[in-house]
Amino acid sequence: MTDRPHLAVIGAGPAGLAATLAAAARGLRVTLVDSAAEAGGQFYRQPAAELRARRPQALHHQWRVWERLRDDLRGHLRAGTVRHLTDHHVWFVERRSADFVVHALLGPEQEDPATVRADAVLLATGGYEQVLPFPGWTLPGVVTAGGAQAMLKGSLVVPGRAAVVAGTGPLLLPVATALAAAGVDVAALVESAAPRAFVRHLRPLVSQPGKLAEGALYAARSARHRVRPLFRHAVVEAHGTERLEAVTVAALDAEGRVRPGTGRRIACDTLAVSHGMLAHTDLAESLGCRLDGQVVHVDDEQRTDVPGVWAAGEATGIGGSALALVEGRIAGRSAAARLTGTEPDRAEWATALKSRTRLREFAAALDGVYRPPAHWSEQVTDETVVCRCEEVTAGAVRAAVEDLGAGDPRTVKLLTRAGMGWCQGRICAPAVAGLAGCRPTPSRRPFARPVPLGVLARESDHPTEEGPS
Amino acid sequence: MSSPLDLADARPGPAFTVTLDGREIEALPGQTVAAALWAAGVTSWRTTRGEGRPRGVFCGIGVCFDCLVTVNDRPNRRACLLPLAPGDVIRTQEGTGHDD
Repeated sequence: MTDRPHLAVIGAGPAGLAATLAAAARGLRVTLVDSAAEAGGQFYRQPAAELRARRPQALHHQWRVWERLRDDLRGHLRAGTVRHLTDHHVWFVERRSADFVVHALLGPEQEDPATVRADAVLLATGGYEQVLPFPGWTLPGVVTAGGAQAMLKGSLVVPGRAAVVAGTGPLLLPVATALAAAGVDVAALVESAAPRAFVRHLRPLVSQPGKLAEGALYAARSARHRVRPLFRHAVVEAHGTERLEAVTVAALDAEGRVRPGTGRRIACDTLAVSHGMLAHTDLAESLGCRLDGQVVHVDDEQRTDVPGVWAAGEATGIGGSALALVEGRIAGRSAAARLTGTEPDRAEWATALKSRTRLREFAAALDGVYRPPAHWSEQVTDETVVCRCEEVTAGAVRAAVEDLGAGDPRTVKLLTRAGMGWCQGRICAPAVAGLAGCRPTPSRRPFARPVPLGVLARESDHPTEEGPS
Repeated sequence: MSSPLDLADARPGPAFTVTLDGREIEALPGQTVAAALWAAGVTSWRTTRGEGRPRGVFCGIGVCFDCLVTVNDRPNRRACLLPLAPGDVIRTQEGTGHDD
């Protein structure tokens, strides 16, 4: 058995799971490496086992798809064809002459190292939320929409009693609906996109009747909870001293500017906010994979331009779980074929390729509809903190650009420390780029997460552990 | 009124006690530090190094490091990732967490 090629899949969300199952079913040994205690990723995040939830599906959509993934994974784990390493936080993938070494820290302490040797790697690292700043956004009680969702799905808790859900994107409606179902009074759902934008992008949207039905289902559920969506509106300020007490919501004009005099205050102790998603590309970047803009470049088999490295899911373009599943299946099949020295059988995945094309068109259409308001930065006062870690204000960023001549995010960072803190610019990068008037650039972080110095010091003098046998 | 535990029909084992700045708080098995604090109505457990401003959960998935907290005398733990154990001592983290 040990002579079968060994694939390390990083990330156990929809893309990583689909890839694992496809590759294992076609004869590869697969090690699935993931930071969580249970498979599922963010989309299928499971309640902690000790909470003994008998009805976790109440928090989820497409539960049957999850059940199938979970059961297939269990089958492979029992058969020994897949090894699942939970609580493994991967910080670096090392490319050697003939193989790869995946370097991880064991959670939750994240102090002790673990390594996995593999013949090839498949990056299914997912994404995280983008939130653009506004006055008051650092107040406790202001959370990302996905964060509220993650805490609800994983720990069965909610952040408060009265929430406003705001920003833009297909995530807002399910989050508002889930919070309402969990007993939170959702005072408003504030979406900056205009209904007219949907009409402009109608064709690819109607080509996905399943997706539209999903949207309609959420809309019906949210109507039942009396969640009123406010289109072409935005939260322009969060109020409070020690914690969130209210937000001001205002109408936007056709250009995405706040219409003067339309602001009104809504009392709430929670603001769940999101302005779209960003891809986790750190591991791909440090492997030297080419990026297209902010996402990992892949060919039609989901191969990156680095031999032996595949990528699938949000890391290769934000598109949701259905697209991630299809990309994962294609990537897993391609890896299984290529690592055993055969050409993939294209007939076998013709249907998958077709779905991928349709789902990518759908994602592009959504991306056209859900855009942060073009003039969001006009609402960001000079006093507003932009870099949450280093407490760098918008005024400091503007001064770096206007007075000191910074023309790119890196120079702004060197002059202000914006992006130099714990999160390494993951949260503030889009805002800093926007305020500096330039496009966000890849950050080229050497490691995907903080690594204790002791672990780095040990790396050079301990032999690498072998993969599973 | 429904609760998240009711919604998912959760039947966790008996709650246990931890402390936040000396005050006793009930936590459920499987809950992270952040979850237990949210359930107890607490939304901030850190003050920033520069301005001393309160912070709590922001991203909820381990990316933003806003929810850093001191647990059992170790500062800079991510509350959204760290599971609790009976008797854990949680303290509000001031600044870097290394000054006290």
